[in-house]
Amino acid sequence: MRTDTNPHGVDPVRMYVSIFGGLMALTALTVGVSFIDFAHHLPSGWLNVYNDAAAMAIALSKALLVVTFFMHVRHATRLTKIVIAGSMTFFLFLFAFTLADYFSRGWLGPPGK
Amino acid sequence: MSETVTASEAPRENYLNRDHSVASWLLTRDHKRIAILYLIGISIFFALGGLMAVLIRAELATPQGDLFPADVYNRLFTMHGILMIFFFLIPSIPAVLGNFLIPLMVGAKDLAFPRINLLSWYLYMVGASFTFVSMLWGGIDTGWTFYTPLSTTFATGQVLLTAVGIFIAGFSSILTGLNFIVTIHRMRAPGLTWFRLPLFVWAHYATSIIQVLGTPVIAITILLVGAERLFHIGVFDPKYGGDPVLFQHLFWFYSHPAVYIMILPAMGVISELVTCFSRKKIFGYHFIALSSLAIAVLGFLVWGHHLFISGQSVVAGTIFSFLSMFVAVPSAVKVFNWTATLYKGSVSLETPMLYALGFIGVFLIGGLTGVMLATLGIDIHVHDTYFIVAHFHYVMVGSAIMGYLGGMHFWWPKITGRLYPAFISKVAAVVVFIGFNVTFLPQFILGYLGMPRRYHTYAPEFQTWNVMSSAGATVLGIGYLLPVLYLLWSLKYGEKAPANPWHATGLEWQTASPPPLENFEVTPVVTEDPYSYPDGTLRPKEVPVGV
Amino acid sequence: MASEPKAAPLAHHFDSYLQQKESASLGMWLFLGQEIMFFGGLFLAYTVYRWRYASAFAAASNDLDLRLGLLNTVVLIGSSLTIALAVRSAHLGKRKDLVGFLLATLALGGVFLGVKSIEYAQKFAHHLVPGPHFRFEGADPTQAQMFFTLYFFMTGLHALHMIVGMAILVWMLRPAAQGRWTPDNHNFVEGFGLYWHFVDIIWIFLFPLLYLIGRHHGA
Repeated sequence: MRTDTNPHGVDPVRMYVSIFGGLMALTALTVGVSFIDFAHHLPSGWLNVYNDAAAMAIALSKALLVVTFFMHVRHATRLTKIVIAGSMTFFLFLFAFTLADYFSRGWLGPPGK
Repeated sequence: MSETVTASEAPRENYLNRDHSVASWLLTRDHKRIAILYLIGISIFFALGGLMAVLIRAELATPQGDLFPADVYNRLFTMHGILMIFFFLIPSIPAVLGNFLIPLMVGAKDLAFPRINLLSWYLYMVGASFTFVSMLWGGIDTGWTFYTPLSTTFATGQVLLTAVGIFIAGFSSILTGLNFIVTIHRMRAPGLTWFRLPLFVWAHYATSIIQVLGTPVIAITILLVGAERLFHIGVFDPKYGGDPVLFQHLFWFYSHPAVYIMILPAMGVISELVTCFSRKKIFGYHFIALSSLAIAVLGFLVWGHHLFISGQSVVAGTIFSFLSMFVAVPSAVKVFNWTATLYKGSVSLETPMLYALGFIGVFLIGGLTGVMLATLGIDIHVHDTYFIVAHFHYVMVGSAIMGYLGGMHFWWPKITGRLYPAFISKVAAVVVFIGFNVTFLPQFILGYLGMPRRYHTYAPEFQTWNVMSSAGATVLGIGYLLPVLYLLWSLKYGEKAPANPWHATGLEWQTASPPPLENFEVTPVVTEDPYSYPDGTLRPKEVPVGV
Repeated sequence: MASEPKAAPLAHHFDSYLQQKESASLGMWLFLGQEIMFFGGLFLAYTVYRWRYASAFAAASNDLDLRLGLLNTVVLIGSSLTIALAVRSAHLGKRKDLVGFLLATLALGGVFLGVKSIEYAQKFAHHLVPGPHFRFEGADPTQAQMFFTLYFFMTGLHALHMIVGMAILVWMLRPAAQGRWTPDNHNFVEGFGLYWHFVDIIWIFLFPLLYLIGRHHGA
């Protein structure tokens, strides 16, 4: 039984190479951007949030490229996408609720006071 | 195993008698044999953990510390907790009953990854051995929670060795969960749609999600604790700029959902028992199925209720308090549906059903006191008292073990092909119920009156309730010992079990007892909804069961 | 398991290659989900302390060698390309290409670990390894030490994943050459590819978090 969940057959080598090129470009971009002091040019934000946001946005784009094309998620079943989304959701739970504690320390006094 | 041939519909070769060599057991990839291996493993550690409970209750029978010094007592309750939680409760129902039944229930020949299943058992045994060696080597005294900086800096016991054991056993749990999820998705028999799955399978699916996504967090946390202890570098010790509260966040991110790893499979068992022994289609199938998933997800959002007084922000405490109450909703959905199933059913009080009814009562108390504890104000009042101890024993011991025993009695004929004596098993179920309540109800009172947990001495005015608790523990111990005796007895002397002794629905009952090597002679095809118990079917009572 | 010279068969408990393939794929993705949470604890610890000790982290980060980090990023993404092409070759049944790309991946992994060990050696030489010998010229050595603790944990755990991956790669060479993986059944290669890409993704996040956070303050 010949089985193939990829309706388009295999991806061409050209695609892999161009994704690699894209990843290299984004790597160059993230290094370049890291030397710009955004806080200098933009309204002073909370810590160096601008640089962090830029770095994380670029890293996320790179990860998405790898997941979508190298890991073939664009051809994958819906279930695979659910597993990825599910894992990311639980990852976010861990972050969101722990950081909710750290960021809200001292907002209210101890109970009873 | 007796080889006498009697007339039966069963094929004579089954998974038990086809090969008797030791290697055929230790290298088996058959999910049914691996389940038996797990049964042996967890029984040993349950006995060890139980022995420590006996010693703890013996010490607490009097207010003075007359049996053990404080240091030994600390080690006792720590090892009791670690053995019971990591090496008995977490693997109990999933690794034994789940392992045995899930492929049968979905009509598959085996789990999706049989070799990984065997690897899980070995990881479990290696992890357990590390912990066991650490016990012989002096044990640890940090409490099962490993709080830093006690565990990383001050504790003198075998913290590292125990941590390694739990780390390894954690991966056993992850791999089991992974195996179940893939099996349930990919190995279902033709016609077995999601909403035709037994609720036992739904419960294990939800449990597996927690195992796969929660356990790695405790693994990395233990790794960090180990490094901090070993290399004196770390991320939790204030001396190094670390924050112990971060440890508690990471620890409870897994360890609270871990409670649901223990209770969800038990709920799955109860769903099977209640419908079978009411001879009635379960009430609210979809709600029970989906409430398992709801518990798995919501269970990850409540861990902060363990941090109410540890320096967590009040805002976070309030959020966690609200969410903790909210998680009671899907649990209540289950209890209401079981009760509605009983209503106007032809209830027969077979042994498994006694455990199921006991579960419902005990879980109700455990669950409702959980709602009390989710309330910030009450929790601060009873924090670190016996009220907490009583609450989690009602959920983890009362409920989870009753579910485990109920399931064991329900599927024992399927697993071993033997029936056990009906009367004495019913007596044992009643003894367990009474013993359990006499042990732990007084602890609610003690806690509310202010007796702190984790001390080997206490104020004399607490003695009456403590004596009661210790007496109850003796009864409970006998209740747990009885099934060991008559179940072992039944292996040799029990009557041979028919394929479906309870006249239950479900694919596992359509194959022989014990099942053949690849479970089914022909792959079953499912054409109807689960639990279609038509009125007027034989009640189990009318079928000759037992001796 | 010893590698047999014959093609990987359908396991006894599956009904079809499709079922086997989909099971293997789901199992691997769940394993990666598990890995996300495993690294998640470390990323969380990083986030908490980064937020608390922002300036010390930025200063400490500037002590890492950006050129070596960048080189390793390029090398590792390159190895992701070669392993993707290896999976493609297995899918097409091109045995020689498969072996070639596996070897290339192995080589790039080796370069990565080599560069990493040079970096580690530098940190030892400069007393930037957490512990009693840690010395830091900045304003807040304790906070900087936390950065290096996390640096060693995160890159160490990442490197450990690379080492495990490379051990599996070495094992894969013989069955690959013998034609064990056919277009019908090369689930192992696919699964390994997913693992390797995952390790690459972890690095994609580690690189900016560890090497780039202080650069805009000037070295």
